[in-house]
Amino acid sequence: MALIDAPPLTPLPPAPALLSVSDLEVTLFTRAGQLKAVDRLSLEVAAGETLAIVGESGCGKSISALALMRLLPEPPAKITGGSVRLAGRDLTRLSEGEMQRVRGKDLAMIFQDPMSALNPVLTVGRQIVEVIARHDPASHRAMQARALELMRKVRIPDAERRFNDYPHQLSGGMNQRIVIAMAIACQPKVLVADEPTTALDVTIQAQILDLMKELQAETGMGLIIITHDLGVVAETADRVLVMYAGRKVEDGTVDAVFDRPLHPYTRGLMGATPSATLQPHGRLAEIPGSVPALADLPAGCAFNNRCPIAFARCFAERPGLTMPAPARSVACFAVEQEGVRHGDPVGA
Amino acid sequence: MSLTTSSLTTSPLATSPSTTSPAAPAPAPLVTPVVLAGRRRSPVLDFCRRFARNPAALVGLVLVLALVAVALAAPYYYPRDPLRIVGRPELWPFTNPRFPLGTDSLGRDIAAVVAHGARTTLMIGLFASLTATLIGVGVGATAAYFGGWVDEVLMRVTELFQTVPNIIFILTVVAVLGQSIGNITIAVGVVTWTPIARMTRAEFLALRDREFVQACRAMGMGDVRIMLGEILPNALPPVIVLSSLVVASAVLFESAVSFLGLGDPNVASWGGLIGQGRTLIRSSWYICAVPGVAIMLTVLALNLVGDGLNDALNPKLRDR
Amino acid sequence: MRRILLRRFAQIIPLILGVIVLNFALIQMSPGSFLDVMTAEQQVSDPAMIERMRVLYGMDKPVIIQLLKYIWSVLTLDFGYSYRQNETVLAVIMQALPATVILMLASIAIALLVGVLAGVVAAVKVNTLWDNLISVGAVFFFAAPTFWLGIMLMIVFSVRLGWLPVGGMRDIGVDHGVIGIALDVMRHLALPALSLGLFYAAMYTRVMRASMLEVFRHDFVRTARAKGLSGAQVVVRHVFRNALLPVVTLLGLQLGTVLGGSVVIETVFSWPDIGSLMLDSVMSRNYPVVLGVLVLSSLIVAVANALVDIAYFRLDPRIRAR
Repeated sequence: MALIDAPPLTPLPPAPALLSVSDLEVTLFTRAGQLKAVDRLSLEVAAGETLAIVGESGCGKSISALALMRLLPEPPAKITGGSVRLAGRDLTRLSEGEMQRVRGKDLAMIFQDPMSALNPVLTVGRQIVEVIARHDPASHRAMQARALELMRKVRIPDAERRFNDYPHQLSGGMNQRIVIAMAIACQPKVLVADEPTTALDVTIQAQILDLMKELQAETGMGLIIITHDLGVVAETADRVLVMYAGRKVEDGTVDAVFDRPLHPYTRGLMGATPSATLQPHGRLAEIPGSVPALADLPAGCAFNNRCPIAFARCFAERPGLTMPAPARSVACFAVEQEGVRHGDPVGA
Repeated sequence: MSLTTSSLTTSPLATSPSTTSPAAPAPAPLVTPVVLAGRRRSPVLDFCRRFARNPAALVGLVLVLALVAVALAAPYYYPRDPLRIVGRPELWPFTNPRFPLGTDSLGRDIAAVVAHGARTTLMIGLFASLTATLIGVGVGATAAYFGGWVDEVLMRVTELFQTVPNIIFILTVVAVLGQSIGNITIAVGVVTWTPIARMTRAEFLALRDREFVQACRAMGMGDVRIMLGEILPNALPPVIVLSSLVVASAVLFESAVSFLGLGDPNVASWGGLIGQGRTLIRSSWYICAVPGVAIMLTVLALNLVGDGLNDALNPKLRDR
Repeated sequence: MRRILLRRFAQIIPLILGVIVLNFALIQMSPGSFLDVMTAEQQVSDPAMIERMRVLYGMDKPVIIQLLKYIWSVLTLDFGYSYRQNETVLAVIMQALPATVILMLASIAIALLVGVLAGVVAAVKVNTLWDNLISVGAVFFFAAPTFWLGIMLMIVFSVRLGWLPVGGMRDIGVDHGVIGIALDVMRHLALPALSLGLFYAAMYTRVMRASMLEVFRHDFVRTARAKGLSGAQVVVRHVFRNALLPVVTLLGLQLGTVLGGSVVIETVFSWPDIGSLMLDSVMSRNYPVVLGVLVLSSLIVAVANALVDIAYFRLDPRIRAR
C-alpha cells in the first residue's frame, strides 16, 4: 500500500464545512474477492459552496455519491471505513431508520436520467407531495400548495395543470425539474447531483444548471455535482475533485486546477490544452487506454499503464496525497519529484 | 449422462488462460483468447454445461427419465391388461407384496395402472405438445412473416382460442367427436398452441428484417424456404422451452379429462384412477392419492426441465 | 375514456362470431347429421318439429346459408331446446351461471391475494428461508392437478377434521336470512375456491416475485429511497403497483383457463354450476347444451377479459396516453 499517508484534512477551511467526508472506504464484496470501489476519499463542502467531482465512468464517482446517501446496492457494496459528517453528525453511524429521516430532508440527491428516475405510474405532483408528507407532514391541501409552489420555483410552466401529469407526459428537462423540486422540497443542507444534465439536450442543460445555481444562492445549500463534463465544472463549481480508480488524485479550487492541472490524469482529461479551448461541449478528452477494472488494478499507481510520464517508482508504489499548495492536493510521484511548487510534501 | 457432460465441459474452462499473469501491462490480448475459447466450444456442450449447473433442472431431468423408464418397462413388468381385476378390492399399499401400491375399488393392481398410465400420459403429453407446436409455429410464423391482414386475422384467431375456456372446448370436442385417445390429444393440442404462436410471432418479427434474411430474399429464395430454413432455426430456442412447458399442461389437461370420466375407457390413466377412487375417500383415500402424486411429480419434473431449458437456452434472460 | 371502453367491448363481437363458427365447424365434423346433433340424438319423431328445425337451421340450403342461419339463431340467444330438462338451452344455462361466476371470482380473488402476497414476501426477503419456502410451495402447487388438490383438501378438512362440508352449495335447512345463507355458501365455497385458486396463486407468486425483483432494479426506486421513504413505503407505493402489471396481464390471459378449471373442480365438490351441466350434457350427448355452454362461457371470458384490460388501463397511465 501507499507509503505516504494522506495528509490530515485541510487545516483551516475557509468556511466551516457543512459536509465533511474523511477516509471514506467502500468495498465491493464479489466472488472474485473484496474490491475497494472507493478508497480513503476525503472531501468537504461548505454552505453555499459547490464541489465538482470529475473522472471517467467507472472511477467511483457515483458509488461515492450513493455512499454519502447510504444508498449503496447492499449485498455487493458496503461502507467499510471512514466517516460522513453532515452538520457534525456521522451519517455512517446512523441506523437505517435515522438515515431515512436524513435522506430527502438534510441530504438530497438528483439522478442522471430524469425519465427513469420518476415512478411511471404516479403523477409528478403526488411524487413531490410524497417527500413533504414524509418529512414535513401537513394537511393535504397545504402540502399540495407547497408542491405547486415548488413546481413554480423550478419554473414548470402551467404548474397547476402539470401537477396531475405523469412523467411520460413531460419532457426530460421538465422531469429533471420535477426531480429537483423533490430534492429541494425540504430545504436540504447539501444536495448531491449525479450527472444531472448528462441525459438532457445542450440547451436544457444550461437551464437546469442555472436553476440549480439560483436555488443554491437562495437557500445556501452545499452542492456536490458529479460530472463528466468539464464545461459544467467551469460553469458551476467552486472547487473540483478528480477521482481515478476509486481514489482522489487531485483537488483544488476550479481556477487553480484549470490553470495548472498537476496530475497527469487531470491533464489528460483536459486534453493537455489550456482550459479555454476545451473539447466541444467541454467533454472530457480521450485518454488512451481505459480505466482498469477494480479486479485488476496495476501494482503501484493505478494510472501507470496510461500515464505518459510514469517512471520506475510509479510501478512499485502507490502515491499518496501531497499538498503542493494550500487547499490543493495531488497524488503523483512525478509532481513530488519535479517539485512543482514544492509545497509541503507530507511524510515523504 | 449428466456426469459425463459436466466433466467434458469443465475442462476448457480450467485450461483457459484467464488465470495467467493478471498484472500484465496490456489487458487487450489477454481477453481475446478467452472469447475465442468460448466461441470454439460446441454450442451443444455449452448448453449441457449451463443446464447441468442448475440442480433443480437436473432433478427434473432425472424424474422425467425415470418416468420414461417406467413407461418403457410397463409392458414387461405388467404384460397383462392393467385394467383387469387381479385381487381383493381396496387392499392398502405395502400390505401385500404382490400389490405394492395396493388395489383399487374393483381389485385392480394400482402399480400396474400407474405404470401403464405413465405410457398414456407421456404419449398424450408428447403428441399434444407436438400438435400445439406445429399449429403454433405455423400460425405465428405466417402471421409475422406476411404481416398485414394475414397477421391481423391470425392474431384474432389466436385470441379466439385463448378466449374459449380450454377444458370446456376439450369436453365439447370429445363429446361431439367421440372419446378416443386421438381426439383427446388433438383437442389438448388445439387449446394449448396460443402461447407458442405468440412467441413464434414475436421471434419472427424480431428476425424478419435482419440482414441475413434480407440477403436470402435478395438471392431470390422462396418465402417458405426462408421461413423454415433461415428464420425458424434462430427462433427455435424459446419455442422449444414453451413446447416443453406445454407437455406439462397437456398432462394436466389429459388427467382432468380422464378424471371426469371422459378419457378413453380402454386405456389405463392416472386421472381415470383418481376419478374412480373418488367415491372411496372415506375408507381408501390412497386410491386417489397415489396417481395424484404421480401426476404432480410428472408435471413438476417437466416444469423444472422447462425452466432449466429456459435458463440454458436463453442465458441473456436469466435473472442474475 | 368512454370511447376506449366502447371500442374494447366492440372487440368482443368478432370473438363471439368466431366461437359460433367454431361451434358450427364442430357440428359439421360430428358423425351424425346436423339435425341429429341439434336434437341431441333424441330421435325426435314429431314431423312438425323436424320440419320446424329444418326451416330454422336451413337444412335444405347450402352450408354457408346454414352457417348464417345458425349465427342468427345464436345471436338471438336461441341455442335450441334441451329435451332432457324440457327447457330452452338458454334457461338451463342461466340457472347454472351464477354459481360458476361466484366460484370463478372467489378463485381469482384467492389466487391474487395469496399469489401477490407470497410473491411480495419472497421478493422482499429474497434468498432467505422465506423466499425458499414460498418458491418451493409455488413449484408444488403449480404442479398439482386442481381436482386432485381438491380431493386431498376434502379428505383433510371435510372427512378427517369435519370442519367444512364435503360438497354442494348450501346445506338443507339453513335459512337464517341473507347473512346466514351467505355464510353457508361461503363455507361450501371455501374448499373448491381454494383448490382452484391455489394453482393460479402459485403462478402469480412466481410472476410477482420476478416482477418485484425486476422493478427493484429501476432507478425510480432509488429516487424513492433518496426521498427518505421507509422500506415499506418504497415497496407499497413504488414497487408494488409497477410489479402488479405483469400479473394483471397474466390474469387476463388466463380467465378462460380459470373458468375451465372450475368445471373440473365443481365435479369434485358437486358445486351446482355449468360444470355439472356440461358434464351431464356431454355424457348424455345433449349437444345443444354443450354448444350453448361453449358460446356463453366464451362470452363470459371475453367480457371478463375486457374488464381486466380496463383495470390494466387504470393501473398504467402510459397505456392511457396511447
